[in-house]
Amino acid sequence: MTERSETIVQESLWKIRLKLWLKEFKRNWALFRERKIAIFGLSVIIFFAVFGIIYPLYPTIMKNVFWKDDIISYETFTPYDPIIGFDPNIFDHPSPPSLVHPLGTDPLGRDVLSMVMYSTPREFVLGITAALITVVIGTIIGASSAYYGGVVDTFFMRLADIVMLFPSLAILMVLSAFIELSLFRLALIIGILAGFGSITIVLKAQALTVKVRPFIEAAKSTGASDAYIILKHIIPNILPLSFLYMMLNVTGAIFTEAVLSFLGLANIRMSWGVIIHMAESSGYLMGSSIGTYWWLWVPAGACITLLCSAFYFLGRGLEEIVNPRLRKR
Amino acid sequence: MLKFLSKRIVQIVILLFIYVTIVYWLMEAMPGSFTDKYLMNPKITPEIRQNLEKQFGLDKPAFTRYLYYMKNFLKLDLGISFSHFPKKVSSLIFERLPRTVFLFVTATLVSYILGYNLGKRAAWRRGKILDKTATFVGIVFWTIFLPLLAIFNIWLFGVILKILPLNQFINPNVWRGTDLSAQNVFLNLLLNAFIFLVVMMISLIFAQRVKTVAAKRTIVLSSAVVTLTVSIILWTSTGLGIYALDIILHMVLPVLTLTLYSFAGSMLVMRDTMLEVVREDYVVTAKAKGLPDRVVRDKHAARNALLPLITNFVISLGFTLGGGIITETMFSWPGLGRAYLEALNSQDTPLLIGLLVFTGIFVLLAHLIADVLYAFLDPRIRY
Repeated sequence: MTERSETIVQESLWKIRLKLWLKEFKRNWALFRERKIAIFGLSVIIFFAVFGIIYPLYPTIMKNVFWKDDIISYETFTPYDPIIGFDPNIFDHPSPPSLVHPLGTDPLGRDVLSMVMYSTPREFVLGITAALITVVIGTIIGASSAYYGGVVDTFFMRLADIVMLFPSLAILMVLSAFIELSLFRLALIIGILAGFGSITIVLKAQALTVKVRPFIEAAKSTGASDAYIILKHIIPNILPLSFLYMMLNVTGAIFTEAVLSFLGLANIRMSWGVIIHMAESSGYLMGSSIGTYWWLWVPAGACITLLCSAFYFLGRGLEEIVNPRLRKR
Repeated sequence: MLKFLSKRIVQIVILLFIYVTIVYWLMEAMPGSFTDKYLMNPKITPEIRQNLEKQFGLDKPAFTRYLYYMKNFLKLDLGISFSHFPKKVSSLIFERLPRTVFLFVTATLVSYILGYNLGKRAAWRRGKILDKTATFVGIVFWTIFLPLLAIFNIWLFGVILKILPLNQFINPNVWRGTDLSAQNVFLNLLLNAFIFLVVMMISLIFAQRVKTVAAKRTIVLSSAVVTLTVSIILWTSTGLGIYALDIILHMVLPVLTLTLYSFAGSMLVMRDTMLEVVREDYVVTAKAKGLPDRVVRDKHAARNALLPLITNFVISLGFTLGGGIITETMFSWPGLGRAYLEALNSQDTPLLIGLLVFTGIFVLLAHLIADVLYAFLDPRIRY
C-alpha cells in the first residue's frame, strides 16, 4: 500500500498529464490515419504552408537565373513584386506562361505565380483568425448558456436566431460600403458574425449533454465556482467539437474573402480573389477569352478551391474522431 | 401543437421587427445617399437636388423616416425604389422573385434527388469505391470557388461545345419579332413546372398504394411522360414554344452550376444519417428476415434517414438571396441577387431594405414550415 502511494507521488502531475495526452493523441492519430481523405487534406494544407513560406526565395532564384545580365531593369521594375511589379521585356501583357514567368503575367504585367504565392500566407492568416474568433466566441457562449440557462440562454439563443437571419454575404457587402475591409478587419467581422450564429446552438447542445454528467455535480459539491466549472470542466469536453467547427469555418472564411475580393468590395491589395477580380474587371473572362487567358483565373481559382476543400476534408476526418457514431466499429 | 404554433408565430413577429430595425439602421449608417450621385452632374443644380431630397424624404431626420418606414411596413408597404423611380419595391421584388425561385427550386430539387440517391448508396457500401469517389468529388464541388465553377461551365458549354447560351435571361434576336412579354411566358413556364410537380406528387402517392415494383414504375414514368408530352403539345400549338425553349436554354447553365455546387451538402447529410440508421435493430431484423438488400436499403433504412434531409431542404430554400448573388451575377440572370447588387451600387436604400426584409420573412417562414414538417413526419416528435 505504502509502496504504491510512493510511486504515485514520485511522478509529477504534469508528466502524468503529458503521458495521458500522448496516449490519447496516439489513439486518435491511429483513427485519423485510417481516413485517407483527412490525410489528403492535411497534406494539401502542409503543401500550401510550405508554398507560402518559400515565397521570398522565388524572386531571388528567378533573378539569379534569368535576370543576371539585366540587373538594372530588374532593380527598376521589380518584375516579381506581386503588387507593383512589371516586366519590361514583354510587350503585350497578359503574356502566356513561359520560363521567365511560369504562370504568365496579368494585364498589368505582374507575375501571376508570385501573386499566388504572396497571397497564400494571407489566406491562412485570414481563415485561421476568423475561425479562431468564431470558435472562441461560440464555445464560451455555448458553454455558459448551457450552464446558466434561463435569461442568458434565451438572450444568446434569440441573438443567434437574428444573426442567422442575415445573409452573411449580403451584410458584408453592405458593411464594405462604410468599413474599409482590410484583411484583418474582414477576418474579425467574419469571425464575429459567424461566432454568434449557428455555432453557438450546436455547441450549446453539446454542452448540455456535458452539463448533466456526474462530474459536474461532484465539482459543484466540492465548492467550485461557476467560472471554474465552465472553464475547466465544460469547455474541455466540448473542445473537440469546437475544433472540428473551426476547420469548417476556415473554409467559409476563405471562401467569403475570395467572393468579396472577386466582387471588388474588399480593401485587400492582393489575394486569390483579387487576381480573379483583376481578370474579370479587365474583360478577360468573356466569351472565348476565357479559354485563351486561362492562366489569369485557373491558378488562383484552383488554389482557393484546393485550400478550402483541404480544410473541409480535415474537418470530416476529425468528425469521425469527435463523433464516435460515425466510426466504422 | 396549436400552442406551439402560436408561440412560434409570436416569436417570429418579434424577431422580424428586430431584424427590420437592424437592417434599417444598417442602411442608414451607409455614407452618402442616392442624391449624391448627382453632385457631379452639371445639369442638376443644387435646387433640383434639394427638391429631389425633399421628394424622397431624405431631408427629414433619420428617426422620423424610421417611424414612417415602420408604419408603412405594418401596412405591408415596402416603399418606392429610388433607381427604378415610380415602381414600388414590392412590385420589383415580385417581378424578380419568380426567376430566382424557379432557378433555385429547380437546382435544389435536382441536387437533393441526386444527393439522396448518392448518399444512400455511399452509406450502404461504406468504404467502397462509390463512397470514396462520391465523398471526394462532392466535397471538392461543395467547397469550390463558385465563380470558378461558373466561369468553367460558361467556357465549356458556351465557348467550346457551343450548345448553350453564355448568360442573360433571353436571346433578343429570338424575341425581336414579337410583342410578347418575357415575364408572361416565364410565368406560364413556372405554372407548367408547378403542375408537373403536383402531378408527380399525386402519382407518387398512387404508386405507394400499388403492390409490385413494376407497377409503381409504370405509374410514375407514364405520368411523367404524359404530363411532359401534353405540356409540349400545348406550348407548340400556341406558338410560344421557341420562346419558352429560349428561356429554358438560358436556365440550364445556372441550374447545372448550382446543382454541382450544392448536391454534396444533401449527400453528406444523407450519408451520415444513413450510417446511424444502418445500425438500428430494425435494419438488422429486416436483413435477418432475408429481405433483398435493396428493399432493406430503400424501404427500411433510407426512408428513416430522410427526415433531416427534408427539413434541410426547406431551410435551404430560405437562403436563396445570399446564394443568388454570385450565381446571378456570373450568369447575368435578372433575379433577386442581382437586384441586390445593383441596388447596393446605386445606393437604392428602399430596395436594399426591402430585399433584405423579404429574405428575412422567407427564411423565418421556411424555419416554421420545417418545424411543422418535422412534427408531421416524425411521429416521435410532438410539440
